[in-house]
Amino acid sequence: MSTPTLDKHSAALDAAENTASHTIKVTFRIRRFNPEVSEEASWQDFELDIDPKERVLDALHKIKWDQDGTLTFRRSCAHGICGSDAMRINGKNRLACKTLIKDINPQKPITIEAIKGLTVLKDLVVDMEPFFQAYRDVMPFLITKGNEPTRERLQSPEDRERFDDTTKCILCAACTSSCPVFWNDGQYFGPAAIVNAHRFIFDSRDEGGEQRLEILNDKDGVWRCRTTFNCTDACPRGIEVTKAIQEVKRALITRRF
Amino acid sequence: MSAETTSPAGASDVTLYDVDNPAPVIEPPRKRTEKTPKSTRTNFELYGWLFMRLSGIVLVVLVLGHLLIQLVLDGGVSKIGFAFVAGRWASPFWQVWDLLMLWLAMLHGANGLRTVINDYAQRDNTRFWLKMLLYTATVFTVLLGTLVIFTFDPNIR
Repeated sequence: MSTPTLDKHSAALDAAENTASHTIKVTFRIRRFNPEVSEEASWQDFELDIDPKERVLDALHKIKWDQDGTLTFRRSCAHGICGSDAMRINGKNRLACKTLIKDINPQKPITIEAIKGLTVLKDLVVDMEPFFQAYRDVMPFLITKGNEPTRERLQSPEDRERFDDTTKCILCAACTSSCPVFWNDGQYFGPAAIVNAHRFIFDSRDEGGEQRLEILNDKDGVWRCRTTFNCTDACPRGIEVTKAIQEVKRALITRRF
Repeated sequence: MSAETTSPAGASDVTLYDVDNPAPVIEPPRKRTEKTPKSTRTNFELYGWLFMRLSGIVLVVLVLGHLLIQLVLDGGVSKIGFAFVAGRWASPFWQVWDLLMLWLAMLHGANGLRTVINDYAQRDNTRFWLKMLLYTATVFTVLLGTLVIFTFDPNIR
């Protein structure tokens, strides 16, 4: 009678031990800033027992829910679509919800800080207004002339393919806040705005391309791009950002010559 | 569980800031607003960008050729003297070569420095004066070099 109980017990124990061995101890070194306490930002370490197959966002949740409720960060969908949780993880801009802990060397402390080039409001939250201002300035909406058609505006698969890459942008600001030109001069449009201009410039249904090219031809437009490829490396959606910028440059040159 | 790597934030000046009196945040340099940047509607940056590419290609030939003649062929640097320069500048071909190299290299370098200043000088005044210094130096060097090439006199005493 006792044997099955024992067996069951040890099996349960084994299972418990197995789940325990899945987790590892990871240090998260987070850049904290709270203007209501101090004007200085500082690094704070948090130690967690966490499954390395979890995401950095799960770790941030655990810290916020179990250790320090004052930790502030943005996240909405938590599945890589809303673009709210772009942050600088181990010195690279990534989405916390798409970065697995096992992929970023959990043996060493994992540094997490706010994206650069924008005003830090608290901890990992930045003021995105200048970023969205640049986005608005390239007129990211369909511009057409003449009467509206009675049915949908048709487009061939080839014409759609032309700008397919740049439709994937989720406006997370990982690219723009990885751009060294943007860090030093906020007047530069930044990669994200140019990507979203590209999406309409090369859309066969759109007729505002000329206007957008004129905007990006100005002194803070595409010519400030130094092709450092930081944006392409940072993009969590895998958009070839630098290529898109170069295509806008090419369009500007072929328009003139 | 948590351990500070540095001293706790604002331990000494904890009384300075509170909810009603928050610390100033750090604004990024030259933040974009609704009003800025003003549109100029010129093609200057386009031509500047194009000039850098084209002059770069031509300069590769001009400068490498120049270095080869000056430093490698015919006994290297030891041959360079007043007579050597006078001999070369007797031919219009080398006059044009040197003139082209002078203008392209100076404008190419000046435009490169202009972008560096635009990228890295943060205050408007600093940018303005650094660029003025750059333009003055460029114009002076280009004009002086051009003058020498055109008025060179091999029989100067």
